[in-house]
Amino acid sequence: MKRITNFAGILLAILREIFDEAPYARFLERTQTPSSPEAYAAFWREREHAAARRARCC
Amino acid sequence: MTKPVAVLVWGGVATVGALAVSVVAFRRGEPINALWLVVAATCCYALGYRFYSRFIAVKILAVDALRATPAERLENGRDFLVTNKWVVFGHHFAAIAGPGPLVGPVLAAQFGYLPGTLWILAGGVFAGCVQDFVILLFSVRRDGKSLTEMAKEETGRIGGLVAYASVIAILIILLAVVALIVVNALKSSPWGTFTIAMTMPIALLMGVYLRRIRPGKVLEVSLLGFILVMLAIWGGQWVSQNPVLAGIFTLSATTLSLLIIVYGFAASALPVWLLLAPRDYLSTFVKLGTIALLSVGIVVLHPTLHMPALTRFVDGTGPVFAGKVFPFAFITIACGAISGFHSLISSGTTPKLIARETETRMVGYGAMMCESAVAIMAVIAACVLQPGIYFAINSPASIVGGAPDVAASTISSWGFPVTAADMQALAHAVGEQTLYNRTGGAPAFAVGMAHIFSSTLGGQEVMALWYHFAIMFEALFILSILDAGTRVARFMVQDALGHVYKPLGRTSWYPSILATSALIVAAWGYFLWQGVKDPLGGINSLWPLFGIANQLLATVALCVATTIIIKMHRAKYSLVTLIPLAWLVTVTYTAAWHKVLDPNPSIGFLAQARLLAAGPATSATARLIFNNRLDAAVTAALVVMVTLVVIESIRVWAGILSGKKASPVREAPFVMTRLAAGENA
Repeated sequence: MKRITNFAGILLAILREIFDEAPYARFLERTQTPSSPEAYAAFWREREHAAARRARCC
Repeated sequence: MTKPVAVLVWGGVATVGALAVSVVAFRRGEPINALWLVVAATCCYALGYRFYSRFIAVKILAVDALRATPAERLENGRDFLVTNKWVVFGHHFAAIAGPGPLVGPVLAAQFGYLPGTLWILAGGVFAGCVQDFVILLFSVRRDGKSLTEMAKEETGRIGGLVAYASVIAILIILLAVVALIVVNALKSSPWGTFTIAMTMPIALLMGVYLRRIRPGKVLEVSLLGFILVMLAIWGGQWVSQNPVLAGIFTLSATTLSLLIIVYGFAASALPVWLLLAPRDYLSTFVKLGTIALLSVGIVVLHPTLHMPALTRFVDGTGPVFAGKVFPFAFITIACGAISGFHSLISSGTTPKLIARETETRMVGYGAMMCESAVAIMAVIAACVLQPGIYFAINSPASIVGGAPDVAASTISSWGFPVTAADMQALAHAVGEQTLYNRTGGAPAFAVGMAHIFSSTLGGQEVMALWYHFAIMFEALFILSILDAGTRVARFMVQDALGHVYKPLGRTSWYPSILATSALIVAAWGYFLWQGVKDPLGGINSLWPLFGIANQLLATVALCVATTIIIKMHRAKYSLVTLIPLAWLVTVTYTAAWHKVLDPNPSIGFLAQARLLAAGPATSATARLIFNNRLDAAVTAALVVMVTLVVIESIRVWAGILSGKKASPVREAPFVMTRLAAGENA
């Protein structure tokens, strides 16, 4: 059971990282702001310079 | 595992693998089961990972679990971050897995299943995985530096400049190629066009939901988007059966091209949260799910491969694309075997997330192995089709004829029987008016995938739904590459233009955004337009151009890797990267020579231009001649650039090996990791 829980936890963490949920949570923690439309907009302004430049392969 | 047991287990894997590869390679005259390919691939990857990647990690790279990585040393909570190895693996795989490993093997299946399979297995284990692994580790040891920066530092300024120019050239050609694949998949298909059109408002809705309603809840909104996309697929059937709506969504290739060009511009110029990010999430979600589903489907159904091991078209007379099996099979299949583009990702975000050096093996070598396995699935999806049907879908009208009876009879005369009735029945089963001349690889892959899915789940009744799911799946993540790629290229051009006129480098200055977006879209839009309008070219010309450009970037990456290995005083092991490098140089230069100078007009750009010039002059002749000469010039320019890097690298190697040149290793200084402390406690 513990293995299944661990596996599910890792799977969720992978998805949260791929889908930028985890970076948003880190952004909120780093900037000490609660989640809000403004905070999300600020997060995306920051991501624009890093994530939006990320190459993806063919 | 004790040593005798390990010897027994790995001996068993090697024996089963050798048997499976032998069956794949030597069985002739009767169809084989797809499971042989699956078993051969699984054993090759297992052996490659266990032994070859370990040899590289221990003997050459000397990966050090005690050395702190940039994720630990430079952690800032943004780009640099210590991350769980499985999370990095998923992140890396999602970035490297695109439509390339699906489309390339489908096109190369015209030679039979054998050349593609062998190249994917050998290329993957000995070249692609090695490239991704070593570049990732070298980037980790250099504070996460990019390939272009490493090329500049290790092989000189020319290396950096060529890598930079190659990346932009590859991006432009890649974007044109993938756009053309979408056009070919959607032309005259109201169902597919409607479904893809619906993903735009769905993405906008997701963007607004994320921004205004539930900020940051991406998994939640992706699930919502997924459900809406499924509804759009189901609704597409209704649209295709409604005479008025079907008329609206039945678009020609030229109209679709214009719409995609407008879309690319909008996606590049609009705020990233509104369209680009939600589409990207949606496509990643669908991509990972579909790949997993396809692998399960293949194992459960274990279909028979109807395509022979080798077809008569190894001699270069193939209808899907012209050119002999050597070198064109190795150019056509890039991402599943080795792709230069991966080196950009291995030296992009991934090295900044790796917690321990030892994890580079699993992430770099392992993720590429999975990508290679996806390419094997694509070979299977293409080869489960009856060869006559495969060629009817993938051959252009200019070769097999436009009328169904003529096309069927031409293809049957090659020894691959197919009738107009077969094709009509198949088109009806997948909800299309026709499946003839649907070049580009995507429709053939969709038919193969629908065949596997419908045989596993739901039966023939739902084949149309699966087919359009497959088309949507391919088009969705091709379009997400189109918008993300246009944006990445826009930033690169803005960075470069910023040196000429500072405001142009500001990524938030709208005149600059509009101008650079227009520039990039015009560049790939031109090649797309050329592919759509040119009856002799299309995917036939553009795909080899893309393959050559991509493999030349891999050549640059392997030059950098070899240089660093020699600088690390591991010259005796440099064959690990030198052999793939020599192979790539041979393949790419041969292909480039053929594409530029081959006297056969169906292969050589210049020969085709000469043929057109000698023929009757029509309104299109001048443009087609110009296009062919442009393609020849682009190919030649890429080869010249990469030749400069190869020469520069050889000069550096010779200098170091003869003792005339110092070989400073430009790694970040060793810092002991703090992460090991917890393990020992």
